[in-house]
Parts: sequence; C-alpha cells; structure tokens
Amino acid sequence: MLQVRNLSKSFPGVRALDNVSLDVAAGSVHALMGENGAGKSTLMRIVSGLDTADTGEVRCSGRIAMIHQELMPFRDLTVAENIFMGQEPTRRFGWLDKPAMHREAQRLLEHLGMTLSPARPMRELSVAQMQTVEIAKALARRAELLIMDEPTSAISEHEVEALFKIIRDLKQCGVAIIYISHKMDEIFRTADTVTVLRDGRHVATQPAAELDEAKLIALMVGRELSHAAGTAATTMVVAASVPDAVLEVRALTKPGKFHNINFALRRGEILGVAGLMGAGRTDLAHAIFGLAPAASGEILINGQPVRIRRPADALARGIALVSEDRKEFGLVPMMSLKHNITLASLRGWLIDHRAENRVADEQIRALSIKSHDRNQSVNTLSGGNQQKVVIAKSLLTAPAILILDEPTRGIDIGAKAEIHAIIGRLARDGKAVLLISSELPELLALSDRLLVMREGILTAELDPRRATQEEILQHAMPVSGE
Amino acid sequence: MNSLKVWLSRFGLVIALVVIGATMAVVHPAFLTWPNLLNVVRQISINGILAVGVTYVLLTGGVDLSLGSLVALTGVVAASFAHPGEYPVFVPVLLGVLAGTACGAVNGLVVTKGRVAPFIVTLGMMTVARGLALVISGGRPVSNLSEEFKWIGNGPVPILILVAVAIVSWVFLANLKLGRHIYAVGGNENAARASGINVERVKLFAYTVCGSLAGLAGVVLASRITTGQPNAGAGYELDAIAAVVIGGTSLSGGVGGVGGTILGALLMGVINNGLDLLNVSPYYQAIVKGIIIVGAVWLDRRKEKS
Ligand SMILES: Nc1ncnc2c1ncn2[C@@H]1O[C@H](COP(=O)(O)OP(=O)(O)OP(=O)(O)O)[C@@H](O)[C@H]1O
Ligand SMILES: [Mg+2]
Repeated sequence: MLQVRNLSKSFPGVRALDNVSLDVAAGSVHALMGENGAGKSTLMRIVSGLDTADTGEVRCSGRIAMIHQELMPFRDLTVAENIFMGQEPTRRFGWLDKPAMHREAQRLLEHLGMTLSPARPMRELSVAQMQTVEIAKALARRAELLIMDEPTSAISEHEVEALFKIIRDLKQCGVAIIYISHKMDEIFRTADTVTVLRDGRHVATQPAAELDEAKLIALMVGRELSHAAGTAATTMVVAASVPDAVLEVRALTKPGKFHNINFALRRGEILGVAGLMGAGRTDLAHAIFGLAPAASGEILINGQPVRIRRPADALARGIALVSEDRKEFGLVPMMSLKHNITLASLRGWLIDHRAENRVADEQIRALSIKSHDRNQSVNTLSGGNQQKVVIAKSLLTAPAILILDEPTRGIDIGAKAEIHAIIGRLARDGKAVLLISSELPELLALSDRLLVMREGILTAELDPRRATQEEILQHAMPVSGE
Repeated sequence: MNSLKVWLSRFGLVIALVVIGATMAVVHPAFLTWPNLLNVVRQISINGILAVGVTYVLLTGGVDLSLGSLVALTGVVAASFAHPGEYPVFVPVLLGVLAGTACGAVNGLVVTKGRVAPFIVTLGMMTVARGLALVISGGRPVSNLSEEFKWIGNGPVPILILVAVAIVSWVFLANLKLGRHIYAVGGNENAARASGINVERVKLFAYTVCGSLAGLAGVVLASRITTGQPNAGAGYELDAIAAVVIGGTSLSGGVGGVGGTILGALLMGVINNGLDLLNVSPYYQAIVKGIIIVGAVWLDRRKEKS
C-alpha cells in the first residue's frame, strides 16, 4: 500500500529524518512511535505531500488523508463546512448541496460518538470537539491510507472508544492506517505493527504482539527507563497540605457553560478536575484566569474577593494558566522560542538580553525542550516541545496558583514523568495546583482531591486514593434517557 | 532560524541595492557623486519617517491609510504658526507633531475601544484629516514662513531627523518590553492577552506613534516646500507601506522591523533617482515602481519558501 524508501530531511540545524524506510500494508494499523521531536510528524507530512524530502522516495497506491497533530480549524466556518472543506458535495454548476453536507456530517459525528450540530460555528467548540471534527474530516475523504497524528491527545475515553471501533471497521474495508500516539495502551490495543523512530532514524519495526510496554520504551529512548518514573508521582502526594485556601470559588456561574461552582484550593494541594468533553472544565479555567469572565459568583484569593476581568489581573494576583489550546492561547508562532518563554514574565521597561538568554536556556534545559537554537521560531518545534514551551512560560511567572488544562497533551512518556514530577514539586513548595485532565490515571496519580464535572455542574468530590476509574466515569457521564 | 530568515531577507535587499546602485553608476556618471547620493537620502527622508511610523502599526497587524492626509493637515497646522516674527520656531513644530499625535490617538481609540477594522478607521481619518486641512487653510496654501522654519526641511536636517527616528525606533523595538509586546500582539493577539499583555494599550500606542511621526513628516514637508499645502501628501501612505513591506515586515503582523523598513525606503529612493537621472517620463516611472514593489516582495517570499 505505502512504501517509503531511504527518506532524509534536514532543517537548518537539525536532521529531522535520516534514511528512513517504512512499509504499510492495506488493512493494517501501523503505529509510529518515538519521543518528542523524533521526526514522526515530519515523516507523515512528507508522506502526505505537505512537505518534500531532501532525498528518498514515497510510493503510495491510493488516496491519503491525514489528521494533523496541530489543529487547523477554520474558526469562522461551521462544523459541516470544516468537515467538507475542499471536497464539498455539489449539484449542477457547482451549487453547494448543503442538506447533503449536513446529513453526512451529522452521520460522521454520530459515528464518532458525538452529538454536535453541524451548523455550529467552529469557534464555539472545545479543543476536544475540534479534534473530533478533524477526525470526521479525515474520514470524509474516504482515503485508502489514513494517517492519524495524535488523534486522541485531547479527547476523552468515550470518543476514543468510538474512534477505535471505526478503526476496526476501516481495517475490515482494507484501509491502511498509520497511528501516532504517546499513549501506550492505545498502541497495544490497535496496532498490528510498530515502527520506532529515534532522533530521525529508524530503530525498529516489529509486530505489536511481540512487544510490551517496557521493550517499546527502551526502543524509543535507547535505554531502559525504570517504569517507576511513570508512577513516582503517586508517592509524592503524601506531602502534608496546610489547610488554608488560597483560591476559593463561590457560586461561579456562566450561563450555558457552568453553573454554581463552589470549591476551595489550598496551599500545597493538587486539586484534580475530571469530566468528559464539554463538561465546562476549560470554561471554568478561563473564567478564573480572566480570559472569559463568569457572569456571576465570586472568586476569592487568600480570603479576599477579587475581580479578575482579564488575564493581566490574574497574573498580577499570582495565577497562571497552561491552556489546552496552545495554538490559540499559548504561543506566538513566528516568535522565537526564547521570546515565547519569557513573554509573560518580562519586568520593567527595558529587556535585559543577557538575563533573558540565561532564563530561556535554563528552561530549555529544565524541561529538556528539544531545539537547536533558542532563537528558532517556536512553530518549528515538534508538537510536544511546543507544549513544554507553554508550560515553561507559565512557570516563569512564579505563580502561587497554577491552573493546568491538559498539561501533558502530546507529551512523550519520559517527558510526561518529568512534568508530573514538576507538578509534584510545585505542590510541595506550597503552590496550589488546579489540574484538569482527561487522562484518569494522571488525575488519580497526582491529585490530593478530585472534583468531577458533568455538563457544567460539579457532581462529586472524590478521594483519589480510593476512587476507581469506573466511579469517576459514573459521575462524569451524562444521565441517559434525555 | 527566524533571525536567520530576517537576516537573509535584509541581505537580499542589500544585494539588490548594491546591484541597482552599481548599474546606475555605470550607466550614468552623475549617480555616484556625493551631491546626488545626499539628494537620494534627502528625497526619501519624508517617506522614510512615515514608513518607520507605519512599521509600528503594521507589526501589530493593523494598517494606517491616513498618513498622506495627516501630512497635509499637520503641515498646514505648523505653517499657520510659522509666519515670520510671530512665535519661536519650536511652537509650529510642536503643534504640527501634536496634531499628528492626536489624530493617531483617535485612530487607535476607535480601533481598540470601538472595535472597528483598522482599514475602515484610518480610511475615515484619511478623509477627515484632508477636510480639516482644507478648512484650516481655507483651501489655499499657507505661505510666508519664517527663515527658521524653512531651515528644518533644508540641507542635511531632514536626513538627520530620519536617522534619529530610525535609531530610536530600532532600539525601542529591540530592547523595550513594549516593543516586544508589539510583536506579540501582531503574532497572536489571544496568546498575547493570555500572557498578561494589555493588547488595547499596545495598539493605541502604535497608532499614536505612527500619527506623531506623520506629524513630524508633515512639518518637514511644509518647511521644504515653504508652504502648508492642504493638498499635499496624496498617496504617501501607500509609498510608506510599500517601503515597509519591501523591507520584510509582514502585512499580517508580528514579523519584521525598522532595519528592513529603512532599506526598503532606500531601495525605492535609489530607483526613483535612477529613473529621474535617465530622464524616464513620470508616466513610465509609475509603472516601473509598481512592478518593482510587487517583484521585490515576490522574490522575498520565494526565498522564504525554499
Ligand atoms: N520547519 C522546521 N524548521 C526547523 N526544524 C523543524 C521544522 N519542522 C520540524 N523541525 C524539527 O524536526 C524535528 C522532528 O520534528 P517532528 O515534528 O517530526 O517530531 P515528532 O516526532 O512529531 O514529535 P512530537 O511527538 O513532539 O509531535 C524536531 O527537532 C523539530 O524541531
Ligand atoms: Mg508530532
């Protein structure tokens, strides 16, 4: 189906791909694994014709569709228009067949386990919903080769299940699938074959059945990574927390988004927030941070009611946010890595370039951001490394309260452990952390307390040491029979 | 990578300048003489000052179409206070610049508070300022200006003003926090806001500076032509924007700088001067200029891709 031979690609300063070969058979799922910056996305961009290789060749007998790692929605168009962008169903004289478009879009979305009106403007959607639309868009192309670059980085269990069912159906129909993900369990559930890249080089191609998690990680990082790293965070939670609330939220309400939210966040505490997509978690985070203030209710910091009308107010009071939508709220794409890292923490009128370089280098090292020059523009970094830049930027504001919205989205397994360790350390240093995540294991391992949201309402507060995933889902699932 | 790209694009401009300059030197002996070269720089001084000003606005992702009319308005305002023996010379200069500042601030306020597209706002200001210039002057050129005032637009003075404006702006954009914020706002407004940047204030600042510099350019022009002309400056905004874009600043904001702008203005000046020396008729000059503007930007973008 697909044959890639001896592909090489260099960017100024890096060899992103070095003599890579790959074969993918029709009717199979081929997983592509590797650390952040290993070259996975670059390879797929070349295969799908979005970028050109320096040397080597790609042969493919069939149409290709790709789900991109970076979401590229047309925010002012509707869901249906996005799904059919470039392949709109038409009647005579190129007249758009809107009813057919909406019908088909509705069908695809339902297939993906989502109830979402095709007429909604893209702008109103959460990142998770946008990702689902991207998947629907790729499915609508009816391609023979489907490339999925981290399709599940923002969506939750429920939609992942729906996606896997579709993948099984597509396989039956002889579609070849290339699947990129940092989530191990997904790989072992779907993949027939696994190819591992490291630093742009092909390391191994093996049947998934012959691999296990430890072997796969060893191939990816080139050394044994003690599995403890992934769970180390659990032991850190023991840190005794002082019971004084730094952040308190009272009756916070924003019609259509969330309703009557009450909670307190203490010094040294990690408060997890679980919920399905559309539960209002991101809206809540945006309200506290001032990106989209709530309509009513109170926010108290250290017991004092405060008005937060814009992010500058929040930052001035020691609140920082790592947004789940790094493209929209996190990064200035054409700006350098260095300038992005320091953007929120410049002090005084003048920029001290020497100090800025030092601080940027420290962060690049501390979060092992894979780059070759602190002056390279941030949009040339791999997806996972861009995420690390957003985290570095927020940490540099030295916040007392840190709101993390899907902080490890698209981050590889080693770096994820590092970030979990950082979150644990922040809490031990007396910071308060509000952790929103769709990955239940992450929430269970890190949180001191766990809130569950459903359709804009807080439905439960659980003890993560005792709660099970099933229990959380029970509180998060919409009540059926509407 | 980014800085490399910027550097390359500047280097490309320098090469273009050298090639065109060398060609002219060979073709016409008068080109490579001090008086002529000084003349080139003097001729670009007004376009240069305007271009530096509009660089701020373009970097935030906006645009300012009112520059030409502001030049006329501020020139008329300055000239009205520059008759011999009335006020000391700083008064007309200051009032001219302040008039520009005020108009720029109005542009900025309507763009930020009124949330009207910059294209529309400054298009409106273009008409309003032209009308104001005609009202203040009664539709006639304001002449009979003092010798001190005429000094500003003569000899090396306009060149020195341009150099000062360029250096200050260059230092500002590269070294001040507010300069950095201008790039951030143009690069991604939402991310800038989420980083605690007061986006409205940054934009207001950019339009205001742009207006002030237009006022300065208006004063220099009035002094040079020794009248406040209510009809002066038509189309100057487009020349200024052209210089900025040739200099590598992106029309969508966030990328570019003053260094490129000055090179862009120089390139346009050398070409104008060359065509003049070669006695090319103004009709053909317009055609050549248009082709060169598009050609320069096209080459630039091609280089970026490869
Ligand atoms: N346009 C570019 N200019 C310079 N370097 C680039 C460019 N695009 C990618 N790179 C570099 O190529 C390398 C491979 O990047 P790629 O995006 O393929 O990684 P990835 O395996 O998809 O990582 P992730 O898991 O984080 O998505 C990285 O070091 C990246 O910085
Ligand atoms: Mg990638």
